Amino acid sequence: MSDFTLDTFVEHQARAASRSKFNLVRFKKITQVGVKSIFSHGLRSMLTVLGIVIGVAAVIAMLAVSEGASFEAQQQFRDLGASNILIKSVKPAAVEESTQRGFGPPQAVIYGLTNADITTIRDTIPGVSNVIASRIVKKNVWNLGISMNTDVVGTAVDYPISRNYNLRAGRFFSESEMRDHANVVVLSDEVASELFPIDNPLGNSIKIDSDYYNVVGIMESEGFSNLGQNQAGSSNAAPSRVFIPFTASKSRFGETTTRQTAGGMESETVELHEAIIQVEDQEAVIEVGEIIDQILQRRHRDVDYTIEIPLALLRQAEESALRDQIVAGAIAGISLLVGGIGIMNIMLASVTERTREIGIRRALGAKKRDIIAQFLVEAVILSGVGGLIGVVLGIIIPFVISIFWGMTTIVTPVAPILAFSISAMIGVVFGIYPSMRAADMDPVEALRHE
Amino acid sequence: MTTLDSHSAQGAIPSPGLVAGQSVVARLEDIRKTYYMGALSVEVLHGISLDFYAGDYISIMGPSGCGKSTLMNILGCLDQATEGKYYLGSEDTSQLGDDELSGIRGARLGFIFQSYNLIQQLDVLENIEMPLFYQGYSESESHEIAMGLAERVGLEDRLDHKPFELSGGQQQRVAIARALAVDPLIILADEPTGNLDTKSGAEILKLFDDLHAQGKTLIMVTHSDELAERTKREIRLIDGTVESDERLHA
Repeated sequence: MSDFTLDTFVEHQARAASRSKFNLVRFKKITQVGVKSIFSHGLRSMLTVLGIVIGVAAVIAMLAVSEGASFEAQQQFRDLGASNILIKSVKPAAVEESTQRGFGPPQAVIYGLTNADITTIRDTIPGVSNVIASRIVKKNVWNLGISMNTDVVGTAVDYPISRNYNLRAGRFFSESEMRDHANVVVLSDEVASELFPIDNPLGNSIKIDSDYYNVVGIMESEGFSNLGQNQAGSSNAAPSRVFIPFTASKSRFGETTTRQTAGGMESETVELHEAIIQVEDQEAVIEVGEIIDQILQRRHRDVDYTIEIPLALLRQAEESALRDQIVAGAIAGISLLVGGIGIMNIMLASVTERTREIGIRRALGAKKRDIIAQFLVEAVILSGVGGLIGVVLGIIIPFVISIFWGMTTIVTPVAPILAFSISAMIGVVFGIYPSMRAADMDPVEALRHE
Repeated sequence: MTTLDSHSAQGAIPSPGLVAGQSVVARLEDIRKTYYMGALSVEVLHGISLDFYAGDYISIMGPSGCGKSTLMNILGCLDQATEGKYYLGSEDTSQLGDDELSGIRGARLGFIFQSYNLIQQLDVLENIEMPLFYQGYSESESHEIAMGLAERVGLEDRLDHKPFELSGGQQQRVAIARALAVDPLIILADEPTGNLDTKSGAEILKLFDDLHAQGKTLIMVTHSDELAERTKREIRLIDGTVESDERLHA
């Protein structure tokens, strides 16, 4: 304790400075102190953490649900084929009115797409690679004593490929069967399981009207698209369908289909119910759709058809999905923000409560940045732990939702990473002000604090 | 920059009780402290000049409001004088910023408070280690130092006790061990026995005597004449000025 010169003091300070540089030991100590103080207010800390947990879990879960919903919607349109255009026959509103007017014998309404339309489209529009026309007739389909009322779709051999439908078993009918007007049928899943609860339908036959048809394949059920549920005659929305060659449909059920409804008060004649137009270049789909619309407008007196372009609908779905996600993310983000405010509140309380401790630490050599580090670490621990629990919950919740409600949920890896980083950032952002307040306290005042 | 010895050799300030060969560890030069409260300003220290020598044992006495606490805060680098210079070692602390003052407090000063001021969540050993942490000592280093000090103040069997599990006297001994941790230039004690019963107080004073005997420099603020009697130099303040400054013992 003898002479004391500047040199030795500078040396000492240099040593202290080099020692007090950020290092793991120091970080560990600060973290230990932080954890201790968090645990010394167990309930309070838990409630604070809960705010972040809910926020993070909500962000991930909401994004997962909206991602899943948009995936489902987009999948439906994708199922229709991105390079396809769908035309369907619709009973025109004007005709509907006229038939309902007055009494007298039921009048047959003639509307819809014709074979001539299809030929025109196929032959005159460049870029159309294939047109698959279908006739849909509602019939009772029998296997021995079991019957089912279903749509009998007369269509082309390319039908499943054009709409991305898969066969579950067997095969679709062939070109030669088409040429031969063969009595072969492909069942949809629902029809197969209804009519053949025990047997394998393949190789068996079903009866429609008075004819027997050999079952050659079973189609995977895909809901047959929710699009165009409104179609008058075709009852397109029916989940159960059977498919027979277009040629067979023509020869068994006639050139035009006549359907009687409501006790025979209404009768209608439709040549074709729907057509799928395949376009070579996906880029041209929307343009081709417009041309088809122009052609059909010229050829039809009434608007007795609809044109659906899955690609356009897909684009719309993508746009609205993005909008949904932004809204969902914003709502969840708000709860995260509220969680952050909770952390700030608790940190401010903690700073006030520990004023004396801050004074002691300052007196014993803690620099302002030491105090900042200590409170900031605490805030980050709170929000980080909350974030971790939130991520776990946020992954479990969509999983539970999809099990119990059968909704498609998709947790993209981005969502948990994003939510966790935001929560950690919230710890810093909302912890910095209380920490600075702690550091800026006058040590003398702080020591005097009771 | 000059050392304090050469500085004092200029003989600017006559100091009572100068002991030949002793170096100055702290010097106050015309310290004034003014508090501002809105438009109001109150000067509580009116130019205090004092030298403190290495290894001395000093008591600062005076009635309430005489400026003792303010002076102690300035000596402890917790507060800075409005005017005047305070040299601690060779450093003019009036020129230092907040970080440097923190550094000086941590490295060069030891504090002992009336109300012990231990940190409640930390146990005895951790409390003693705390100043070392801020000086960047390694865990093993600070552990070793803290163990030695705990033994020195007779608490080696209470290392993992929290402050609330200790008596007042024991808590104050922890505080003394903590103040000694960085081997400070000066130990500042503010009414160290004020909250203690006679017996515990006597033990603490005995410890102070020992520290003095080992060559530590102690400055103690007290109300008690009896306590001041034990010190070597007694400074009395009144109304922010030095009323008397006597050497009691050689």
